[in-house]
Amino acid sequence: MKKSARYFVTLACLLAATSLAEGIVVHGEIIHTMAGAIIRDGVVLIQHGKIESVGEAASVKIPAGWRVLKARVVTPGLIDAHTVVGFSGILNQPHDQEQLEKSTPLQPELRAIDAYNGRDPLVEYVRSFGVTTLHTGHGPGALISGQTMIVKTYPLNVDLALINPAAMTAATLGAGAKAEKDKAPGTASKAVAMLRAELIKAEDYVAKGKKSDIEKRPARDLRLEVLARALDGEQPLLITVHRHQDILAALRLAAEFKLKIVLDGVSDAPLVLDQIKQSGFPVFLHPTMYRANNETENLSVETASKLRKAGIPFALQSGFENYVPKTRIVLFEAAIAAANGLSQSDALAAITIDAAKLLGIQQRTGSLEIGKDADLALYDGDPFEYTTHCTGVVVSGVVTDVQPH
Amino acid sequence: MIRFCPAFPAFLAAVFGWAVLAPAQETPLALIGAQLICVSGETHEEGVLVVHRGKIIIVGPRGTALPAGATTRDVRGQIIMPGLVDTHSHIGSPAGGDQSAPIQPDARVLDAVDVRDASIQKAQAGGLTTANIMPGSGHLISGQTLYVKLRDGNTIDDLLITDKAGRVAGGLKMANGTNSRKDPPFPGTRAKSAALVREKFIAAREYREKIVRAKGDADKLPPRDLALEILVEVLERQRVVHHHTHRHDDILTVLRLQKEFGFRVVLHHVSDAWKVAEEIAAAHVPCSIILLDSPGGKLEARDVDWKNGVVLEKAGVPVGFHTDDPVTDSRLFLRSAAFAVRAGMSRAGALRALTLTGAEMLDLQARIGSLDVGKDADFIVLSGDPFSVYTHVLETYVDGVKVFDREKEKDRRWSTGGYGAGNPRPAHLCCYGSWEEAR
Repeated sequence: MKKSARYFVTLACLLAATSLAEGIVVHGEIIHTMAGAIIRDGVVLIQHGKIESVGEAASVKIPAGWRVLKARVVTPGLIDAHTVVGFSGILNQPHDQEQLEKSTPLQPELRAIDAYNGRDPLVEYVRSFGVTTLHTGHGPGALISGQTMIVKTYPLNVDLALINPAAMTAATLGAGAKAEKDKAPGTASKAVAMLRAELIKAEDYVAKGKKSDIEKRPARDLRLEVLARALDGEQPLLITVHRHQDILAALRLAAEFKLKIVLDGVSDAPLVLDQIKQSGFPVFLHPTMYRANNETENLSVETASKLRKAGIPFALQSGFENYVPKTRIVLFEAAIAAANGLSQSDALAAITIDAAKLLGIQQRTGSLEIGKDADLALYDGDPFEYTTHCTGVVVSGVVTDVQPH
Repeated sequence: MIRFCPAFPAFLAAVFGWAVLAPAQETPLALIGAQLICVSGETHEEGVLVVHRGKIIIVGPRGTALPAGATTRDVRGQIIMPGLVDTHSHIGSPAGGDQSAPIQPDARVLDAVDVRDASIQKAQAGGLTTANIMPGSGHLISGQTLYVKLRDGNTIDDLLITDKAGRVAGGLKMANGTNSRKDPPFPGTRAKSAALVREKFIAAREYREKIVRAKGDADKLPPRDLALEILVEVLERQRVVHHHTHRHDDILTVLRLQKEFGFRVVLHHVSDAWKVAEEIAAAHVPCSIILLDSPGGKLEARDVDWKNGVVLEKAGVPVGFHTDDPVTDSRLFLRSAAFAVRAGMSRAGALRALTLTGAEMLDLQARIGSLDVGKDADFIVLSGDPFSVYTHVLETYVDGVKVFDREKEKDRRWSTGGYGAGNPRPAHLCCYGSWEEAR
């Protein structure tokens, strides 16, 4: 995480000069820290972009002159475990769609950072519901569509908001991987065969790269070096897969190449819970309200609670759809899971601390703990209720403009 | 509050009969103790609702006398409200007109609805009891819509609402803006779109005049024209136009055409309604709005906003909601209304929009849309506040027949999803952009 540390230093230096020195007190009737019990009548003290103190209002000394924000309910800033916000733009016209390039089926070299539009209105829109961190990038729809990144929803300048410019590599198996008519892959089997062949090339590339004779080392290959990072686990494969047979194919592939993967989507998860559990791999579950059509026909709003009962680590996401809504709101997806068998705290964890852990950013965000980034969401009631409003959002210690939604 | 043609719905109410499919309550069924949200009148905190032979026969507060021999059910702690009316849906996956022409009033959704499609069971699971099933918006006029009651049907005939003359209840779907703009013979601009529609309505006027002039003389009658005769029904204000429209200028274009030809119209989607609410109010035209999780998805819907509900309500415009299923999910129809409330619409207005105002848009308010004695026994039983995320639809009744029961495993699956509850085909999402493969 050296590169992300560097970005953070840049961020801290630039922002500290402006407003971050100002102390902020967030006072909540209920504070979900996601690190221990709920605090009633609590405060979170913020300075220099970081959380300085968390506790009951009566036991925390509040410095004079600090800015005070009040809310009924305070949570950590929400994390969307997988989205295409910033790539699939609001207008849905060719000029603002950057999540998928279909000229060839395998393009791990496509970096997310080169396409992310932090000023697409949807970035601000999701932030207005409390989302402070996005795992976003190239979407499903090609065997390997490109890489993903982790970014805060503020500031809008990507270099300042970035947490990890190369988080995962997005792959798709099953019908979703199929290329245009008459091009490969045309079937699920072909997709797996092509991916295996490419991973074998990457293994070979890694092996040759270690040769002592520099003349025998291969020329630098942007595609293979990304897959090499999948092989050593530094940059996992995020495999979008829905049908049970395709889930098993993904697990087979991971076992063959000792890959670190994340299962994404996974509509048929309830049919193969044991196999997923045994694999140890986490799940980024499809949006709870995703449309049950085609490959996703078997999805259920109760799958999140089944994953929890099975002890499978998971996070929730807004996903990708090619029409409306142009993005879902991960808060709402968690709400519907909470209304269908998942406990409120587990549902909140799936969009905060659990998502942070699965994205490897739990040192930075995902809970309200001393030393973490000051990412907070403020609500005037139960955050999951339809009629509750988000009344404030703090990202990296900055109180952003929020039109309450 | 509804201002469109007060006389005609009353006339329809007088002539409409209902094809009741399954026998319902040979003995009266009394549901006792639920909060009754009647919509038309007061809410009874612990009320009594009695239904018999498909109709509501008693609505009242606690202690209301029951008819002799009634079967009683204790439903304390639950909430009963009228069945939801979805003014714009595509359940049953129908297609209307094809790609051969931009104006096809002769195409009937009646001939295309798949009553075995999972979307119909899911709509029942969401508490819908009546839906306006529409063809898509890829035409200026894509065909005749169908008002259905969501009975458990074996064929489409089981769901129909027909009058004594056998006329099937429904409207006419029209659209403007970008969806209907394509290569010829479709229009390439907005002005061309309006010109084509005007031309067709003028032809329909002439067709009507010829019929009038013929005075029943078969030799003088024009040849029967399936498209023009439907437009004549529209000109005669017997058939309501359901008009897809998004952008502020497109909304005004609809109002201009409505003024020229005098038809009755409901504006649908109306993304930019908040920009032209006063103009809509002045035209006395109701709006059926949609609430999406995020704006955009197409150019015209960039500015769609949850505040449409409150802005229109304050301007005095009758407001209904729709799912546009599969654009939004019928099982989450209450959620749409809740978001309108979140943005400032009154709770009472949102509840009315889901039921009675929707019924008014379909000329069905004499029979459905509220808990009133004499109306059809179309109602839903909820586990809690209609606008809470934690509330589930427990039961749905149409004509007094329970068509959804969350306690039954088979029904429950339609509510939650799960293996076998989906649709093996891609969602049919009309329509824009070359990469949109769904159509």
